[in-house]
Amino acid sequence: MTFLGMPARAPRGVGHLRGDQPFPAAAREALANSQLRRNVGHATTTIRGKSAAVIGELPDWQQLREAGSAIKADVMARLPELLKQLEARVTEAGGVVHWAADANEANAIVTSLVRATGSDRVIKVKSMATQEIGLNEALEAAGIAAVETDLAELIVQLGRDKPSHILVPAIHRNRAEIREIFLRAMPGVDPALTDEPRVLAAAARRYLRETFLSTKVAVSGANFAIAETGTLAVVESEGNGRMCLTLPDTLITVMGIEKVLPTWQDLEVFLQLLPRSSTGERMNPYTTMWTGVTPGDGPQEFHLVLLDNGRSAVLADSVGRQALHCIRCSACLNVCPVYERTGGHAYGSVYPGPIGAVLSPQLTGIEDNASLPYASSLCGACFDACPVKINIPELLVHLRNQAPHPAAERAAMAAAAYTMDHPKLYAAAQRAAKLARIAGRRGQGLPRPLSGWTAARDLPELPKETFRQWWAKR
Amino acid sequence: MRVALFATCLADTLFPQAAEATVRLLERLGHEVVFPMEQTCCGQMHVNTGYQREALPLVRRYADVFAPYDVIVAPSGSCVGSIRHQHAMVATAAGDTRLAASAEEVAARTYELSEFLIDVLGVEDVGACYPHQVTYHPTCHSLRMLRVGDRPLRLLRAVRGLELIELPHAQQCCGFGGTFALKNADTSAAMLADKMTNVLATGAQVCAAGDASCLMHIGGGLSRLRTGVRTVHLAEILASTS
Repeated sequence: MTFLGMPARAPRGVGHLRGDQPFPAAAREALANSQLRRNVGHATTTIRGKSAAVIGELPDWQQLREAGSAIKADVMARLPELLKQLEARVTEAGGVVHWAADANEANAIVTSLVRATGSDRVIKVKSMATQEIGLNEALEAAGIAAVETDLAELIVQLGRDKPSHILVPAIHRNRAEIREIFLRAMPGVDPALTDEPRVLAAAARRYLRETFLSTKVAVSGANFAIAETGTLAVVESEGNGRMCLTLPDTLITVMGIEKVLPTWQDLEVFLQLLPRSSTGERMNPYTTMWTGVTPGDGPQEFHLVLLDNGRSAVLADSVGRQALHCIRCSACLNVCPVYERTGGHAYGSVYPGPIGAVLSPQLTGIEDNASLPYASSLCGACFDACPVKINIPELLVHLRNQAPHPAAERAAMAAAAYTMDHPKLYAAAQRAAKLARIAGRRGQGLPRPLSGWTAARDLPELPKETFRQWWAKR
Repeated sequence: MRVALFATCLADTLFPQAAEATVRLLERLGHEVVFPMEQTCCGQMHVNTGYQREALPLVRRYADVFAPYDVIVAPSGSCVGSIRHQHAMVATAAGDTRLAASAEEVAARTYELSEFLIDVLGVEDVGACYPHQVTYHPTCHSLRMLRVGDRPLRLLRAVRGLELIELPHAQQCCGFGGTFALKNADTSAAMLADKMTNVLATGAQVCAAGDASCLMHIGGGLSRLRTGVRTVHLAEILASTS
């Protein structure tokens, strides 16, 4: 909380919620990368097809979406109560709960917990929350190595790269590039490595197995936490997450506060929605659930770090809070025509695509991500695809209304609105001759931002008369 | 039936042929068309660019100007989408509950052209003749805000002489998005490039749609590349008899 009592935003200078440049400039660079466009276009088209097929099998898909949306709305309406319940249950089951107001606090908590174990290495389950707060960098600064064990996340880490997709962080890489990265950066790799998917997977497996067996501490995120039982859940495809969640002595889970669900039964809805929307599978291969610690079985020390980092501020906006319903399936990325062409890095945040465009600016405050709500043509494909029915186009419009506007644009918009509200003035402004003068010879030499249009498109031929002139003469 | 035409500012100013065709079509079907001269713009550009306060007078103007009419028809899925899904929201956000209520009422009587023809008039064959190869781009807002579904295609299939060629990846956005095309001109152009590729793959000589805005975008690209493919509003095809 700030001294005014308003919830704080995610702090600057830590984590990965802000890009180096505004979206249009970053997108311009990405669009010129033909390999990236091919990879992302191919991958999203494939996932879209798989997902549509398995969703089509469920006659009650729309009711499931309604249920998912309603459960999340209920969670947001009584979040403090549910979090306290979760804390009580986790504690009863032998876990320790920590509250982190922001990225700095969360990083400090995790770092000191790892230090206390005496380990200088942790294995990681793929997690958006720890990417968001820049945990790996914080651990590294404290002399602790963090090894990503999700295959795609490992590719990103070894390539000293950034994830570009929520679910498939290396979606921008093809297998030839992955081979190069492994040859360059994977300890003990076979120099005769080929770019066959099986061979690449086997190389990663060999490297990771050794790491799993020799590391005493794991760090994970969580897909869900059940308030009534204190149970945490992680869903994944590879089994590497299961290794991290069961083999080490100590498990530290960093979870955004919005991930809590009231009851065990609520999982029924989300475990149907999530895999079909994300990987296009009927069921994800691995679902790991744990409640505190079990003597003699699995990690004997469990810490749950509950992360705010701007979420309370999002919750305070009655329209904007829908963004907290997100279950990180990335269906909106896979159907987004903007994401498909720019890839994820252009969004500058670990949360790319349509959900990133509405979540990142709310977590950081709109000033720090002012261009993101405009990174959409408002085509609406994301809303249709969202398994919990987040009205992303509505949120984009809502955030644009809060965004700081350039002075020249503000003046032009005010003038346009004034003209539109005075029909005689409007009719006068419409007259083809005036427009023709402004437009010049089919728009050559227009000033910015109008030159953006004429860079790739002709202006329409001007009609001899407007419709209302035609109508008046009838 | 007496029908009030909402021409939309874009068609009124730059694409009068779409609004004129709507008038000719509805009159040919035996209806009386009126055009309230006090109408201007639905305010969508302002709302979608982040200027809801500036849009408020335009929302009020639309509700006031069209309040007296039982049925309002516009040759645009996008503008009708804004009227139906944004006008009451803008009024509510400004604390004007009376305007929100009247905006809601007027919006409920406002139809996009293909909705009006099929749902209200119950007609699929409007007696048109258009002997050309046509591909149809379903605009995002008509598809996903209004859910017009295959209504425009049913109307086109009934047109004599028209050969309808299916557009690959038809439901993908053309990249217009209002001020998106200016603020994110490069991304918009990349989306347009793919849309044009698909249009050209059909071999059709005409690309049709129900929104002058998307057509301005697609047409601007097709013209820039001198493809020889032209863009035509759905209303113009349905109004055509030769």
